[in-house]
Amino acid sequence: MADAVVSTAEPTRRDFLYLATTAAVGVGAAATVWPLVGAMAPDADTVAAGAPVELDLTPIAEGQIVKVFWRGKLIFVRHRTEAEIKAAQDVNLDALRDPQPDSARVKEGHADWLVVYGNCTHLGCVPLGNSGEYNGWFCPCHGSVFDTSGRIRQGPAPINLPIPPYTFVSDTKIRIGESGATA
Amino acid sequence: MNDHHHATTYVPKSAFAKWFESRLPIAGLIHSSFVAFPVPRNLNYFWTFGGVLFVMLVLQIVTGVILAMHYTPEATKAFDSVEHIMRNVNYGWLLRYLHANGASMFFVAVYIHIFRNLYYGSYKAPREVLYILGVIIYLLMMATAFLGYTLPWGQMSFWGATVITNILAAIPVVGDAIQSLLWGGYSVGNPTLNRFFSLHYLLPFMIVGVVILHVWALHVPGNNNPAGIDIQSGRDAVPFHPYMTVKDGFSLVVFLIFFAWWVFYMPNYLGHADNYIPANPAVTPAHIVPEWYFLPFYAILRAIPDKLGGVIAMFGSIVVLALVPWLDTSKVRSAVYRPIYKQFFWIWVVVCVILGWLGAKPAEGGYVIAARIATAYYFAHFLVIMPLIGFFEKPKPLPRSIVDSVLGPGASRIPVGAAAAPQAKG
Repeated sequence: MADAVVSTAEPTRRDFLYLATTAAVGVGAAATVWPLVGAMAPDADTVAAGAPVELDLTPIAEGQIVKVFWRGKLIFVRHRTEAEIKAAQDVNLDALRDPQPDSARVKEGHADWLVVYGNCTHLGCVPLGNSGEYNGWFCPCHGSVFDTSGRIRQGPAPINLPIPPYTFVSDTKIRIGESGATA
Repeated sequence: MNDHHHATTYVPKSAFAKWFESRLPIAGLIHSSFVAFPVPRNLNYFWTFGGVLFVMLVLQIVTGVILAMHYTPEATKAFDSVEHIMRNVNYGWLLRYLHANGASMFFVAVYIHIFRNLYYGSYKAPREVLYILGVIIYLLMMATAFLGYTLPWGQMSFWGATVITNILAAIPVVGDAIQSLLWGGYSVGNPTLNRFFSLHYLLPFMIVGVVILHVWALHVPGNNNPAGIDIQSGRDAVPFHPYMTVKDGFSLVVFLIFFAWWVFYMPNYLGHADNYIPANPAVTPAHIVPEWYFLPFYAILRAIPDKLGGVIAMFGSIVVLALVPWLDTSKVRSAVYRPIYKQFFWIWVVVCVILGWLGAKPAEGGYVIAARIATAYYFAHFLVIMPLIGFFEKPKPLPRSIVDSVLGPGASRIPVGAAAAPQAKG
């Protein structure tokens, strides 16, 4: 009993040893777990293979949607028609789940090109192009409907199809994986 | 009540057995757990599925270990290596069909086991920990089955992996980090397949570990039984061997015949034709559906018109199972003596089947509305109906003892003859 009183009144060297040992074990455990978890992160090959890719736009006809891959992710490059651009612009933003004007989803002066990730923001299926109520995309898995700007209009997807980082190298060539100054 | 689980009646006979037993008393442990262990004399065939499940687990591990000797977990080779198993490996077709259909049969048995538990109130005190260990085994089984389904790297494998890893990304704050660690890249790809194979090999052994805890936790209070009342005297019980070993054995043989019917007559019926198309990240199959045993949960996921909400509801539908011992307010265990609960139990079973059917249908129109109603009912069963029934229901009178429930009232006062102890006749 007397010992207990002493130990609460003033820390002993033994208390210090307990704390220091526990702290050392904790640091050691964290240092051990670090490389184990780190080894599960993307490896150097995978990261290196994630470099930007270039795409020549000249062969893509108006109204056509082309699928390309960057970092293993599917990307839609859509050459929009006048009607599709107009449909995307004439939308009441208040009615959207994830309000974004069409102008924020294309590069300035390149409204005919829409570049979006090709996996539905719900659970990652590939939506079908030129289908659905807004003639944008329709996801066959769980029924999400996207418009010609890739914005979510109906169904379970929470957000619009995201825009990958890309830049126009020239009027007919884009580089995906690199944000341009105008982005 | 005898002293079954504290002292063993095992008596080593040979000098070696005595020497060994005094150093590692494992023979005594096995004897007291699986030979002399007293079980209620009224156990019906629904109590044999624990044994069936154990055999299925062993069978999955054995076929899986051999399949792994021929399988290549690499994105460009995995699909071909599965076809190699089917065409070139001796009995490869048999091993693969046993393993793939074995997963389905494992779930058939576990669902019977779970429904039996919920019908007879086996989750109630003092078996809550036993029950929660069972829920953990079920979760591990689901993870293992999902990981295994991705390994052939067909279209369903790939898109199943994509859908499920995207589900995890819905978790706030840490979701993206978890997704990246699962993928090992920026999308589902070769690193994902590698680690899924590693984890698919690991998890069954974790299941074995939890199964040992599950059996240990079972052997503390002993089995529940169809009457839901405790063993009061030795006459309420029979020894595990030969009574349950024979009953389990017979049940296992019947179950294996059912299993063999799938394996030999319709080995691809429970799978999806799309999984015989190699994985293609540019094209989603027109209709992504999980294996049949996940369909009710898939229906719940799709019923909620919000990504995070759907994920919460899906996981919640399993978490709520773990809370059942505290949601059920009735003191009576068995539904045999619970006239109201019995009816709601069967309604719930039907709702589960309906959810499974809806999970296989496209997510549109009336199917979505029906899935929402069924999902709401699924949760209401546990969170509203179950607690309320306990207060309002008047249970039927319980039998005085297990012997009474089998032989009629007053049987517990009649001496039981020697006919009840064949194991003592050598």
